[in-house]
Amino acid sequence: MPPELLRMIIASVIVVAFVFLNAMILGYMERKVSAHIQRRPGLMEVGPHGILQLLIDGIKLIGKQLIVPEGSNRFLFRLAPLLSFAPCVLPFVVIPFSKKLQIVSMDISLIFILAMTSINVIAILVAGWASNNKYSLFGTFRSVAQAVSYEIPMLLSLLSIIFMTSTFSLQGIVAAQKYYWFILVQPLAFIIYFISGMAETNRAPFDMPEAESELTAGFHTEYSGMGFSFFFLAEYANMFTVCSIATVLFLGGWKGIPLPLGDFTGIVWFMLKVYGLLFVMIWIRWTYPRVRFDQLMSFCWKYLIPFALVNLLITAVVVKLI
Amino acid sequence: MNKRGYFGELWFGGKSLLIGLKLTIVEMFKPIVTVQYPREECDITPNYRGHVELVFNPETGKCDCIVCGMCAKACPSNCLVVKGEKKEGVKGKILTQFSLDFTKCSLCGSCVETCPKSALDYSQDYNIAGFTREEFHYDLIERLNRRHIQPLAAAAGGN
Repeated sequence: MPPELLRMIIASVIVVAFVFLNAMILGYMERKVSAHIQRRPGLMEVGPHGILQLLIDGIKLIGKQLIVPEGSNRFLFRLAPLLSFAPCVLPFVVIPFSKKLQIVSMDISLIFILAMTSINVIAILVAGWASNNKYSLFGTFRSVAQAVSYEIPMLLSLLSIIFMTSTFSLQGIVAAQKYYWFILVQPLAFIIYFISGMAETNRAPFDMPEAESELTAGFHTEYSGMGFSFFFLAEYANMFTVCSIATVLFLGGWKGIPLPLGDFTGIVWFMLKVYGLLFVMIWIRWTYPRVRFDQLMSFCWKYLIPFALVNLLITAVVVKLI
Repeated sequence: MNKRGYFGELWFGGKSLLIGLKLTIVEMFKPIVTVQYPREECDITPNYRGHVELVFNPETGKCDCIVCGMCAKACPSNCLVVKGEKKEGVKGKILTQFSLDFTKCSLCGSCVETCPKSALDYSQDYNIAGFTREEFHYDLIERLNRRHIQPLAAAAGGN
């Protein structure tokens, strides 16, 4: 076996394991942060401060029966969770965790990540459609409309960074932030990207597809056991991807105070930045109420897209002049 | 478009969102207010109306009950049984049995109100759970002993 292939296989196994670990860390973080914001201790029972709770939850979900509702499209119903989960793992292949910790370095890494995260919408569409449930269907409608709208400001804000670096390679973008982080020159693009990233991952306050009060659980109402956990894993993996793009493009990626073995230990800074952003996401979720659907749409079309366009225009002019 | 206009709305909304974020982050670092119930117990208010309990009189070292039976008569659910016996040389009756069937008690408090010697009071005990109904047939004399007289005796014996 060629060593390059072996390296990629080992790295991919590590990445899949990391996706599961990430879901556990984020699940724990989410429940603890929400608890402390509401001034209660949260998980306390399983293990010290409840750190093993998510492990137990995972085992419980694996042990549960996968119920396929009557009248649903059996094949599509079973396919949707996998369709949601598989593309969520793929962005991890090109994320530059550190200078030398990247499975494949592609020239089009950024486009690859954006393409893969967009597939999640199709998975949600399939899940909602195949469930034969009105709540699932409404959740799906909302999710697709929302994802299609919010993809535009997201891409426009990322494009302004691409104008500055003239590369789609994530390593190239990190290298371009040698002297300063791009958040300093593109704060508006960062804010627009972060808001639309939250909408893309269906996070509160944009969690219309799974609005509990109106739609039970939205598109995954009918899912149980591992079917549900795949959506859950995919959501957290997507959050991680969104935050790692933000880190790479705006916060200098793996760059930080130099540590020994800097080509590998950059991962420490990378993870700190990513989990910092993830904390902000969780913090926002437990602060704001859910927006109404017309507010969601008007915010995107009346504020985010015009601002992203103006920002892009200014960036283009400035880049041309310099 | 409302009265604030396009940019006014953006400014107002953004400011209020930041205020909200500040509020939650400040709350996050404040101490926890909930009680971890089975691990910790809260102090209960003195007005808590649990089941009835005999009152210990520290001056006489026992309960003030005179076995008049007013409480048992006042009880609408007949859940109190009070018995006493006459002894030679002692004035009044001596309490021999005071039992409460808590499965029937409706916590109305009539017994406490009618007691002429104020020898009955509400208990502070709220952790009551059991597997059989017999566990709620309380012998209040025994509970009084366990609560006051035995600890006193133990303290005296220790000295």
